[in-house]
Amino acid sequence: MLGRIRTVKTAVAVASALLLAAPANLSAQVFEPETFTLDNGMEVVVVSNHRAPIVSHMVWYKVGAADEPEGKSGIAHFLEHLMFKGTKTMKPGEFSEIIALNGGRENAFTSQDFTGYYQTVSKDRLELMMKHEADRMANLVLTDDVVLPERDVILEERRSRTDNNPGAQLGEMVNATLYLHHPYGTPVIGWENEMRELDTEDALAFYERWYAPNNAILIVSGDVSAEEVWPLAEKYYGALEARPMPPRERVGEPRQWAPRRVELTSAKVGQPSISINYFAPGYRVAEGNEAYALQVLAEIMGGSTGRLYRELVIEQGIAASAGNYYSPTSYDGTDYTFWISPVPGGDLDELEAALRTEIDKLLADGVTDEEVEGAKQRLVDAAVFARDEVSTAAQVFGRALTAGQSVEDVEDWPNRIAKVTSADVMAAAKEIILPEASVTGVLNTEPSS
Amino acid sequence: MASIKRRPFPKLLVALALVPALLVLARPAAAIEVQRFTSPRGIEAWLVQDTSNPILSLRFALRGGAAVEAKPGLANMLSALLDEGAGDYDSQAFQSALADNSISLSFSAGADSFSGSLSTLSRNQDLAFELMRLALTEPRFDEEPVERIRNQLLVSLARQEQDPDTLAWRTLRAALFPDHPYGRPTSGTPESVAAITVDDLRGYLADEIAQDRLFIGVSGDIDAETLGALLDKTFGGLPAESGAIEVADVTPHGEGGVMVIAREQPQSVVAMGQPGILRDDPDYYTAYTVNYVLGGGGFQSRLYDEVREKRGLAYSVYSYLNPLDHAGIVVAGTATANPRVSESLGLILDEWRRMAEEGPTEEELADAKTYLTGSFPLRLSSTGKIAGMLVGMQLEGLGIDYLDKRNSYIEAVTLEDAKRVAGELYRPEALSVVVVGQPEGIEATRELPGAI
Repeated sequence: MLGRIRTVKTAVAVASALLLAAPANLSAQVFEPETFTLDNGMEVVVVSNHRAPIVSHMVWYKVGAADEPEGKSGIAHFLEHLMFKGTKTMKPGEFSEIIALNGGRENAFTSQDFTGYYQTVSKDRLELMMKHEADRMANLVLTDDVVLPERDVILEERRSRTDNNPGAQLGEMVNATLYLHHPYGTPVIGWENEMRELDTEDALAFYERWYAPNNAILIVSGDVSAEEVWPLAEKYYGALEARPMPPRERVGEPRQWAPRRVELTSAKVGQPSISINYFAPGYRVAEGNEAYALQVLAEIMGGSTGRLYRELVIEQGIAASAGNYYSPTSYDGTDYTFWISPVPGGDLDELEAALRTEIDKLLADGVTDEEVEGAKQRLVDAAVFARDEVSTAAQVFGRALTAGQSVEDVEDWPNRIAKVTSADVMAAAKEIILPEASVTGVLNTEPSS
Repeated sequence: MASIKRRPFPKLLVALALVPALLVLARPAAAIEVQRFTSPRGIEAWLVQDTSNPILSLRFALRGGAAVEAKPGLANMLSALLDEGAGDYDSQAFQSALADNSISLSFSAGADSFSGSLSTLSRNQDLAFELMRLALTEPRFDEEPVERIRNQLLVSLARQEQDPDTLAWRTLRAALFPDHPYGRPTSGTPESVAAITVDDLRGYLADEIAQDRLFIGVSGDIDAETLGALLDKTFGGLPAESGAIEVADVTPHGEGGVMVIAREQPQSVVAMGQPGILRDDPDYYTAYTVNYVLGGGGFQSRLYDEVREKRGLAYSVYSYLNPLDHAGIVVAGTATANPRVSESLGLILDEWRRMAEEGPTEEELADAKTYLTGSFPLRLSSTGKIAGMLVGMQLEGLGIDYLDKRNSYIEAVTLEDAKRVAGELYRPEALSVVVVGQPEGIEATRELPGAI
């Protein structure tokens, strides 16, 4: 049966030797995982890293906040909290107790596209983790006496993250404005008025709709091999039945016709800032190598040696910081964001004009081959550092596979980056930098009364 | 900024950054060999060689830090300027040399130490060490980067002044250490940062950066001989000796009292603390284990259970020991909606008292030991973490065999000692409490400390 393990390992020694020479265009892989699929459809990815006798055991569900039913915002994240409340055979919190008793650490997380659960434990406790993670995939039990206090917890979480923080409040409004129709405009944590109404029935309905082995990915990284993982995965996860899954269809984002502007002014803002957010594709929906080209662009524009910092912070001296942000690991569209923050006492209008001038210059003058080559080298190098921390591989595969990418997409990333040309970068930039598909967010301060 | 929606939401925002960096390690089974060696020119370093990936991480610390600085925020400003131009490299040339070669070099200032961090691909290691040498021995402090960084620090201070968590914790430190450098924020104040001169920066370098205060940890694909030669070149030019560190031992304020910072926001942020225990105290491991039971465990502590699990009063609630070089404190924190925050505060005080009076149960103690001893290898998951641990072990004087011995210290904690130490440590009446927000049912009993 082990023959079913599909290995994507290549000649490791050769690859390592090449990395020492490391021209940007070498044919390297990143994590060299082993993968297989259980009969019930559950995908398994194993990444060996023998630095310490530990493993990260993760289960990622291909469901996130963007898959919530209308009017139930926050239910994906709420259910994530409730997954700790026990099963047919386990009391609330009992799995957590077992993890702690075994010297393990755990947490869980929710985004627009995924929900994930993980434990990091000594490698000989892997089976125990699988046993209980598989149990709660199929046997969750929820009652009002544990659900209702936890609803208060997520409301407090919302206050801590958003309601106490004007920058986060503005961020919520910028997203809601950038996505006119697509559910990415709704915050992962949920709108407060809807969160207050979420109940046990909503959580169970969401659980029953989306939580099944054929909608989950098991990722194990650390001091372990696929040969060791496979029989355990078969025993615990393989015993669960696949269920028909609803199609993962979110409403599309319509063509946008007008730039929008969102401003928040408050005495509680310590550091004013401006962001210009453009609607952009993620890996899955991008055409050709557009997403990779935009990553190269972000590398050219951002960082302490990037164009924005050099021009606006150092040369003009009007900004304390400036940069850009783009993360294409997204099931649907995403955003490409430029941002800037003034030096003390700086004028925001002047600042915004200066930032727009840099964007215009980019479109008018393009990027140089030298800039592109430097950016590609840094990105490809970053893939080597990504192999360092034991849990990084698991996080990278979890995010990628829940966003509609494949293991090969991840492994081939350095090669795809290496193939980007300056013409690709400019074509992609011109495709997304469209005023009508943008939102400008302004966070301003006012003297306290 | 707009990245907010992409950041996943964890079940618990673990206060890992807050957990003291004192390297609670264990698990002799960890197949990790620590080499201690001295370079030809007498620089000592601890090394864990790891050939699995062609990279290496170095961490170093110089004892001293913000506690010895002449102006508040000086060490922090220095840490932000060392990589802004050195030797023949002006600021942009230096930053480009780092970026173009994928070298990460950064410095930071803590209360008791000034630290550095270097990560590089093996193929660029010679350049990486050369840039670190230049940063430490030939920084330029050109006017443009000095003023640029000063502005960035001022902007950051303005942001912190409006951040309820920073406000609460900064105020608590000031209240616990009214007449000591520990009471000052390491980032300084707008006034002090505005007044720092290049002479001040050079003065700190001359007075506080020397070989006799230096501790180095390295992990990655390098052998001791190669590393020794690099360390000689990098650190050999530093003065051999510096003056003694003149920071007074201090007893934190232990009279308690409630301080309220009124701020219009829906949720009140609470920070509290009292005198604690030093790292070299014979009871340290006992106190550490007891605190795990009270508020140290992620999803399993008395505070978590009472405040979050049973009543849904907070997303985050915790306590931890914070041993500094010259004082120990034990602190706790949470955040609850204004109408219910007094309930959270009351519960924490009740648990503080109950722990003092009863100590942990036998079962709680056993569970704590199992967790604390079993979770050690989780701290060894990257070259950077291993290098940092090696530095911490040296700073705390823990010995080269600490990784092997540490679990036995935890195992040796008895129920009797745990109850005794809990009774000595936790004193609810000694807790200074800071609440930021519009708390209902909480009255201030103490003035806010001045000049924070």
